[in-house]
Amino acid sequence: MNPDPPLNWPEYRSSALRHPTKPPVPLPPGRSELTGPVFGESAIGPTDADLTRQHAGEPLGERIVVHGRVVDGDGRPLPHTLVEVWQANAAGRYHHDADRHPAPLDPNFTGTGRCLTGADGRYRFVTVKPGAYPWKNHDNAWRPAHIHFSLFGRAFTQRLVTQMYFPGDPLFDQDPIFNSVPEFARHRLVSAFDLAHTVPEWALAYRFDIVLRATPVETP
Amino acid sequence: VTTPSTTPSQTVGPFFAAGMPPVPGPDGPDTVLLSGRVLDGDGAGVPDAVVEAWHPDPPSFARAQTSPDGSWELRACRAPYVNLSVFARGLLNRVVTRLYAPGTTGVDPSLVSRATPDGYALDIHLQGPDETVFFAL
Repeated sequence: MNPDPPLNWPEYRSSALRHPTKPPVPLPPGRSELTGPVFGESAIGPTDADLTRQHAGEPLGERIVVHGRVVDGDGRPLPHTLVEVWQANAAGRYHHDADRHPAPLDPNFTGTGRCLTGADGRYRFVTVKPGAYPWKNHDNAWRPAHIHFSLFGRAFTQRLVTQMYFPGDPLFDQDPIFNSVPEFARHRLVSAFDLAHTVPEWALAYRFDIVLRATPVETP
Repeated sequence: VTTPSTTPSQTVGPFFAAGMPPVPGPDGPDTVLLSGRVLDGDGAGVPDAVVEAWHPDPPSFARAQTSPDGSWELRACRAPYVNLSVFARGLLNRVVTRLYAPGTTGVDPSLVSRATPDGYALDIHLQGPDETVFFAL
């Protein structure tokens, strides 16, 4: 079963003029679909995985560890693959010119991070828990707290951009973006509180495992 | 053996600028400037889209964010075609298409770029009478 949201989703208003109306044409994977860009350590800066240490001071908010494992559709870890994240600050405001939500910016928080997965497919970020924010999609619309994730995997077919949510968020029911995912698959976007990976006297932790599509095999 | 369940896609939203920063792509004699616009069903430019280009021979990856008028440009190695992924606010998943070199025959005309003074150009119509052909992988 396809867990992806449909592109035509009227409840999400900005999809109205931006979704293709013709069905996509099947493309048998060839070399340009079975391969993908490779990013090395040079793509990663020293504070890129710790969003609380990118400025002179510490950001306000609830400090959290966000970690997990990136595997392919066959359960195999995807090592050394780029993970990019971006998020609002603890008050629900993005460090972005187009964000007009009148919540405070935090001079100590940009809200972007990147890392490569380890040999076992694991990644780990330190950040602060993002706030919910209003977004005018419908009457009194609020986005549940979330962190955006971008992943490459090994092949063009595995590229994924998604959002990670927090368990038990009371805003799930009225959010058309979360609910665009078929019900059977929504829980895959919700991280798990992870007591074992908290840092005592320092930070709470959430685990978000990510499954990309199967790694395609190039046949000669 | 149970196979794990694929993580669903979600939109990039409007605030990806610093999280998915531009990658200009390769430079040098065998590279070409690719450009165009991303347009919505009313023919208006999409100002909050990301276009990624990939071709493996030689490895050529680039990423551009659209300008307020929906225009984008990036560099790629010269090849018969490049794969394009388009992400945008309002798109709950990426869409995938191809940009073919000017004059290519035997493919849908919506995928064939036009020559510009310094490269190739192709507009991507997400919807409408000139809707681009998108691929299912």
